[in-house]
Amino acid sequence: MPKSPERPARTLNDIRPGRRARIRRHLARGAVRQRLMDLGLMPNVEVILVRSAPLGDPIELKLEATSLTLRRREASTIEIFDDE
Amino acid sequence: MNERNDLLVALAGQQNAGKSTLFNMLTGARQHVANYPGVTVDKKYGQYSDAEGVVRTVDLPGTYSLTSFSLEERVARDFLIQERPDVTINVVDGSNLHRSLHLTLQILEMELPVVLALNMMDVAEGRGLEIDQAALSTRLGLPVVRTVGRKGEGRAPLRTAIRALAAADKPQTTEFPVTYGPLEPDLVALTQAIQTTPELTGMPARWLALKLLECDAQAATWVRERLEPAQAEPLLEQAAALSATFERNNGLDVSDHLVSCRERAVANLLDGVTTDPESGRPTLTDRIDRVLLNRLAAPAFLVLTVFLIYQIAIVWGYELTNYTWPILAKTRELIAGVLPEAGFLVDPYTRSMGLWLVDSANTLLNYVPIFLILFALIAMLEDSGYMARIAFILDKVLHRFGLHGQSTLPLILGGVFAGGCAVPGVMATKGIPDNRARMATILTVPFMNCLAKVPLYTLLLGIFFVEDKSLMMFYISTMTIVFALLVSKLLTKTVLRGEETSPFVMELPTYHLPTVSGVLRRAFERTWIYIKKVGTIVVAVAVVVFTLLQFPGIPEDRMAEFEQRGEAAVVAFERAMAGNAYQRLATAEHIGPLVNYYNDYKRAKLNASGAEGSRAVAARFERRNPEYYPLVSRPRGDKDARRANRHLRDLSSERKSIRREMKEARITSSLLGMIGRSMEPVTQFAGFDWKINVALLSSFAARESSVATLGVLFQQDEDQNASLEERMGAETKAGGATALLGTAIILFFALYPPCLATTVMIKVQTGSYKWMIFSIVFPTLLGLGVASAVYSIGLATGASGVAMMSWTYFSALTLLLILGFLGGRSGRNLRSTSVDSTETGEVRA
Repeated sequence: MPKSPERPARTLNDIRPGRRARIRRHLARGAVRQRLMDLGLMPNVEVILVRSAPLGDPIELKLEATSLTLRRREASTIEIFDDE
Repeated sequence: MNERNDLLVALAGQQNAGKSTLFNMLTGARQHVANYPGVTVDKKYGQYSDAEGVVRTVDLPGTYSLTSFSLEERVARDFLIQERPDVTINVVDGSNLHRSLHLTLQILEMELPVVLALNMMDVAEGRGLEIDQAALSTRLGLPVVRTVGRKGEGRAPLRTAIRALAAADKPQTTEFPVTYGPLEPDLVALTQAIQTTPELTGMPARWLALKLLECDAQAATWVRERLEPAQAEPLLEQAAALSATFERNNGLDVSDHLVSCRERAVANLLDGVTTDPESGRPTLTDRIDRVLLNRLAAPAFLVLTVFLIYQIAIVWGYELTNYTWPILAKTRELIAGVLPEAGFLVDPYTRSMGLWLVDSANTLLNYVPIFLILFALIAMLEDSGYMARIAFILDKVLHRFGLHGQSTLPLILGGVFAGGCAVPGVMATKGIPDNRARMATILTVPFMNCLAKVPLYTLLLGIFFVEDKSLMMFYISTMTIVFALLVSKLLTKTVLRGEETSPFVMELPTYHLPTVSGVLRRAFERTWIYIKKVGTIVVAVAVVVFTLLQFPGIPEDRMAEFEQRGEAAVVAFERAMAGNAYQRLATAEHIGPLVNYYNDYKRAKLNASGAEGSRAVAARFERRNPEYYPLVSRPRGDKDARRANRHLRDLSSERKSIRREMKEARITSSLLGMIGRSMEPVTQFAGFDWKINVALLSSFAARESSVATLGVLFQQDEDQNASLEERMGAETKAGGATALLGTAIILFFALYPPCLATTVMIKVQTGSYKWMIFSIVFPTLLGLGVASAVYSIGLATGASGVAMMSWTYFSALTLLLILGFLGGRSGRNLRSTSVDSTETGEVRA
């Protein structure tokens, strides 16, 4: 459901290791958006935040059979649903 | 049907699907690597023959998709569209079928005959995953072959499937596997428009229509290339209008819509085809990562890995060269034997130049065992999947200084600690997707400690820092990365500012046990590139340096002086030999060969090992010239022979000292010497005199030359038996040089421009002479600036060499920490407010 405009949407950057999230939409455009989608980060896909790197960034995500790593900067462009 | 039926086959697939392994399995050893025209993407091709003819196979770059966003994808797509291979093998990871099929559908839309290779099925089956191959084949309408590339399984069925598909002349599928819902009417309209344009026949119409609706830049270019503007523009406008209308009506990007339609199609395709009982259960890779990527343990494992590489490749590899060096030395002796014999004072040019070339090549080939081991270990890291984890662990640090997680491999190859080579290092930057980070990596890899820098460091430490050797060695081996990070930060903030960047989004592949053949293949390939690239350039440059050192030659008056002394020595020998039983050998025709014989014998004796080797040398020389032999063997009781031997020794040592002085005179008056002297006004601030300038200049050709040139300049004297350390130490110290000079040279050498072979590789990788020249000029200025500052400050304050080194080291380290800390603060700010993230996303649009 559409969120109230004053509260910013939660992104993959906001969840803690071990938690699941369902992807709502991408804020990135062009090549970055395409890349994220190609790697399987499509809307409605469920991902687990496995861990963050020893220095806190980047993070590791797991979805279905794939493990991915991306920087927090990109993770904060991926909005997630609030329901989980 | 004709007799021979040759085929063109392309391998396409996503990264980490085991495509290269399958390619190796399919084609065997006959492979070549070239570049796709105009870009630095490798084009790997190979071939095999079967009963019907030759099958030429091309390994396309691994791509997740076929858009025009990345270079690899454009290259792969171009090849499929332009070359229209007879068969395309789509290699998919059997354990990751869902994601892989997105690419399969895109290839099918290009209307190409496709064989699906279900690869890595051992991993999939090991996890209990079952795939109904027959059902998958029917639903997709293409042949499906089960393969395990790593174990060589599935080669024959794959080859059979290729032939069967090539023989069937009707298109595989009439029905397109994906329907695009509300976009379908637009798609059909545009497809018809394309089909009715004769200039576009041969292009897959529906695929082109999809690309035009997606507003794909490259597809538009193709249309403009093939059509007159009057025809092209209406078509493109039609596509743009349809696309805009669709987006307005559906509130959705066309490309997003395509992806979600494909996603639905894949889900339908796989429904009932795969069963995965263990889905969601932790895999072996998950369990390994729980340990290796544990927050606290990860750095420890990383340090251990790096230490092991260093210990095995550099330390043990160096020991291995003790066994391989004699082979190279023997080769030199053989070649020396073939070349025209040495003259009494002046050697024929063919001889001196020939030996110069052999020596240059040998110093280089000496590193081959080290590189073989190093490259094999690195191939193991890559194939196992750990290399991607290293990038994951280190990305934050590297990124803060403008580099990238994937800069790790180039930096390791370049020699982070001690030992490596910048040529393969620069070459390995190919894999870095972020262009700015890639450029920064290319320009900082040469600051690493390449193997050839080590001899000069060792020499300088032996002269100036005997007591502080280990402290200095610690500084030298760790300051490289400190300097590299600082330089990278500086370049990223200045000259590289405008370069394109892209995010760090990467797959962490499943762990695999590397295969022996895969590792060896890569190790030999990379070593061969090193030999070829470095070898040709170094030999070419050796000729130039040789010429610069030879010409214009010794001034006439001095030459006359040397000749006079030479004659005097010969006359003295003849006089001393008067009345000796061997007097007949003291004539003009014998003296030259006799002295060479004497020297060869002495050297052979020195190199011979044990009593047996010594006897063998004796026998060889007796055979070579029985007449001269008594003069070198000094048989018991033959007083005349012993006396003659003594005179011969005097003559030989006088000849040696004349030749040595001639060498110095030649270098002093040579072109290179003149250049070195002309640089003194600038380099004096760093304390460098012309001899050091000459050594540093010649090291531009190849690092190892610096020590060799210094050896010549500081007068090699075999009889004195003083090492280069002692000689250079005595001479420079006599001239007032201190450890401060040593520090200045070390710092300059650490920051010195890459060797010529590396700069050529930089040209290849950046595709521009501008960056190649920059990579030479910038480090020279930087190195000279730092060395001059350190030398001048040290001179003014009276600080010792070690003290200045410590100051420099800790200042650089402090600067590094400050920059790292500042970068970290701004990074946190950005993250704490997720409102920013919306903007970040929009900015990239």
